[in-house]
Amino acid sequence: MHALLLRPGPSGGNLGLDCKQVLTMQSVYPFGAIVGQEEMKLALLIAAVDPSVGGVMIFGDRGTGKSTVVRAMPALLPPMKAVKGCRYGCDPTAGARKCADCLLREEVGEKLVAMTTPVPVVDLPLGATEDRVAGALDLEKALTRGEKAFEPGLLARAHRGFLYVDEINLLEDHLVDLLLDVAVSGENVVEREGISVRHPARFVLVGSGNPEEGDLRPQLLDRFGLAVDVVTPLDLDLRCEIVRRRDAFERDPAAFVAHWSRADAKTRKSLVAARERLPDVQVPDAVLRRASELCVALGTDGLRGELTLLRAARAAAALAGIVTVTDAQMRDVAPLALRHRLRRDPLDDAGSTARVGRAIDDLYGARSA
Amino acid sequence: MSAVLPEVDLTAFAAICLLVDPAGLGGAVVEGPADAARAGWLDAIRRALPGGTPWFRLPSGITDDRLLGGLDLTATLATGRPVAERGVLAAADQGFVVVPMAERAAANVAGALAAARDAGLVRVQRDGIAMESPARLAVLALDEHEGDEAPVAGALAARLAFRLSVPHSWADDAPVLPTGEELQQLRRTYADSALDEAATRALVGAAAAFGVDDIRAVLFAGRAARAIAALDERDVVQDDDLAHAVRLVLVPRATRMPEPEPPQDDAPPPPPPPSEPPPPPPDASDASPDEPTPEPGPEESLADQVVDAVLASLPPELLASLGARMERQRAGAAGRSGAVAKATARGRQVGTTPGLPRGGKRLDLLATLRTAAPWQRLRGATLVDGVRRLAIRAEDLRIRRLRQRIGTTVCFAVDASGSQALNRLGEAKGAIELLLAESYVRRDRVALVVFRGKTVEIALPPTRSLARAKRTLAGMPGGGGTPLASGLDAVGELALKVKREGGRPLVVLLTDGRANIARDGTGGRPRAEAEADVSARRFGSQALPALVVDTSPRPNPALAALAKLMGARYAPLPVVRADTLGAAVRAVMRSEPA
Repeated sequence: MHALLLRPGPSGGNLGLDCKQVLTMQSVYPFGAIVGQEEMKLALLIAAVDPSVGGVMIFGDRGTGKSTVVRAMPALLPPMKAVKGCRYGCDPTAGARKCADCLLREEVGEKLVAMTTPVPVVDLPLGATEDRVAGALDLEKALTRGEKAFEPGLLARAHRGFLYVDEINLLEDHLVDLLLDVAVSGENVVEREGISVRHPARFVLVGSGNPEEGDLRPQLLDRFGLAVDVVTPLDLDLRCEIVRRRDAFERDPAAFVAHWSRADAKTRKSLVAARERLPDVQVPDAVLRRASELCVALGTDGLRGELTLLRAARAAAALAGIVTVTDAQMRDVAPLALRHRLRRDPLDDAGSTARVGRAIDDLYGARSA
Repeated sequence: MSAVLPEVDLTAFAAICLLVDPAGLGGAVVEGPADAARAGWLDAIRRALPGGTPWFRLPSGITDDRLLGGLDLTATLATGRPVAERGVLAAADQGFVVVPMAERAAANVAGALAAARDAGLVRVQRDGIAMESPARLAVLALDEHEGDEAPVAGALAARLAFRLSVPHSWADDAPVLPTGEELQQLRRTYADSALDEAATRALVGAAAAFGVDDIRAVLFAGRAARAIAALDERDVVQDDDLAHAVRLVLVPRATRMPEPEPPQDDAPPPPPPPSEPPPPPPDASDASPDEPTPEPGPEESLADQVVDAVLASLPPELLASLGARMERQRAGAAGRSGAVAKATARGRQVGTTPGLPRGGKRLDLLATLRTAAPWQRLRGATLVDGVRRLAIRAEDLRIRRLRQRIGTTVCFAVDASGSQALNRLGEAKGAIELLLAESYVRRDRVALVVFRGKTVEIALPPTRSLARAKRTLAGMPGGGGTPLASGLDAVGELALKVKREGGRPLVVLLTDGRANIARDGTGGRPRAEAEADVSARRFGSQALPALVVDTSPRPNPALAALAKLMGARYAPLPVVRADTLGAAVRAVMRSEPA
């Protein structure tokens, strides 16, 4: 087993020396080429337009392409502006919400330069240990110089982006605790091994898993703004198309990606436009009232369901290119925002989607289109 | 299509497919005991591979740092900078990983293998090391489960193309597999081949017919068909290839049997579809009407043809065993959740202790540095290139003591006999559901043993999945006699198994205590009660925490005595109400040392 020498790079340390070349060869299946899964795509686009909606939880059987969609995000998302030299990728326009390092640099009179960088989509892989997730003592400096320095972890890298946890229902409890803590406060506080660091960590948490293999803690499930139920399409034509595209991708990934890059560029433009449009989107009182009626009818816990529904509907309207939310948007996003918030005994999650669908039809009338 | 293929040739086909495109086909689940036949198959594949192809056998209980990679401590200390070490998965890139006793593989192993199969990479974020290494590997999962034991984790099996058992002839009369230049030629032909539209539709249709939902299976079948065609030196896939691929990949995953098609010999040939221009294969130019095979009609019928051919080729015993397998799958599939923590390196740190960071134990760096610090001068720690090098010795090393909360597994034993049903089965179910809801919040596991008439069954093995628990409870029928002795034995064994695996069992027995069926299934109250006493004594000798809930309308003194023999608490509840039952269980839990 030969050893790889690693030096943590400026962004927190990543690839071994001989791995980089191989990885650039591995193309990612494009977002636009994914067949079906419209609900999942909508949920992720909403989260990209308005991160305050909350995280996205993807329930589904294995083999339903859950992780394919998430891994297609980095190529899809428009790049963002970040402070050059900042380890956490602070937003130059964030004012006092920047990290302590940036604020210090400003205080001593340095002018912070902005640079364009891709939105981070970070994986929390299996077997991750707490020191790599939260960040820890910089091993190299400690060993070689006896110096105490902080090495940022995955939560730092995911700041202003996405953190993806596959099989989140099997995640160890103490890591779940950590994620919950950070999700609530928007900050990661590290007190370990003699270091004391506090840095911003606001990201969209995307989790996926098969509910048959273990349930999510209710506190964790509640953290997710949107929940998607994914099933493989049963339509034969759709399945043929999936196979055809997958085959084409494997045969010539570069050509496939190039072919779909236009569709992805279009989606990217509409994302950018949606973000700009979002502050102007209004919700008429009548639409708002009907949405509240829906929540009451379903018996959702507390008000968080309604707030999420509202935010998601506005983002959906922005994506659709309009500035006034209509019932149509509410119908589209209600299942996403509410299916995991129904007040129920935890044993009855099988029927949530159906229940939400029925309540929607009752309130808004059966969909005509 | 061609006649029936012997099983040997099918397993040879599987082996050849794996040789041609290991990463594309993913591997195989090899079922059956560790015998000479299986060894023969594995050896044949290994010998045929090009020299230098990685081939690793995963030891059971392999820890994350060896599997995924992490810090190479010795090298780190020697050179003074963090040195990463690749794990087995990265080392197996473009090779094979053999997993013996795969059905017992820990959740982290199965998960890591599945993740590597998906991404073709292994991502490591542990112990200060962050890296991604390519890991395009094939997995040979050796499944040795017997009878009712759980098979290989579904999440892993779904990512491997084949599921097979090796016929005896591989022990001493193994076919010769293509190797060297012949194998290279096969790989070249395979790389040039493609599935046409008709073939794709046929495979998708066949998958639907067999009730296989996972699209991956169709992709695997396509690749297998191409590899089989390559064996015949063709870069175009034909019907026989499809049939063999369906047989190898889709049939083992079947969740239903397709309905047999009515014979089409007398039907008029359907008109050729206008939208289907199949590329003219160079060697199948004889589309003459004298062909014995039926004319390809609309796309679906190619799928039907393939399915029919496959069904015809299945030996009857195999059909029966598939049926049995499907029954078991319906009864409760789903992967193993919440694998119990053995002494693996997981959980919160609760302290530090001297020791070597080996076998999954993790280095506590700060404690180590603190221990070494005072000795630097004495050890003559020097300045090298202006940087002070630390002198650390083995006795300075400190490792973390981790603790993972071990949840309780509540093992319910429910008397579903006629007498009980008359009284309380419905209420018992409701009470259990509420207990399950509490367990859900506490992250405990539940298991369910049901006994009635002549049967005792583990209706639900230990699980944290509440969806499964509810489904099982809903489907539980009542009626028959009360085989109390057998029920006690079964739940006792289950509890011991949980204990052996490192968990904390808690047995809750719900019955009215009117035993009237002995262990061998014969009726007769006196003998049944005597045997129940014996079982209770045996249970009591195992020191398992337990609660006996008496669900008869008036408390049954015989049951109280039985509970005493079991060393269990006795709760006579004239009306089993959910909240009172919950309180009783919690009381038992609290009284046990944590």
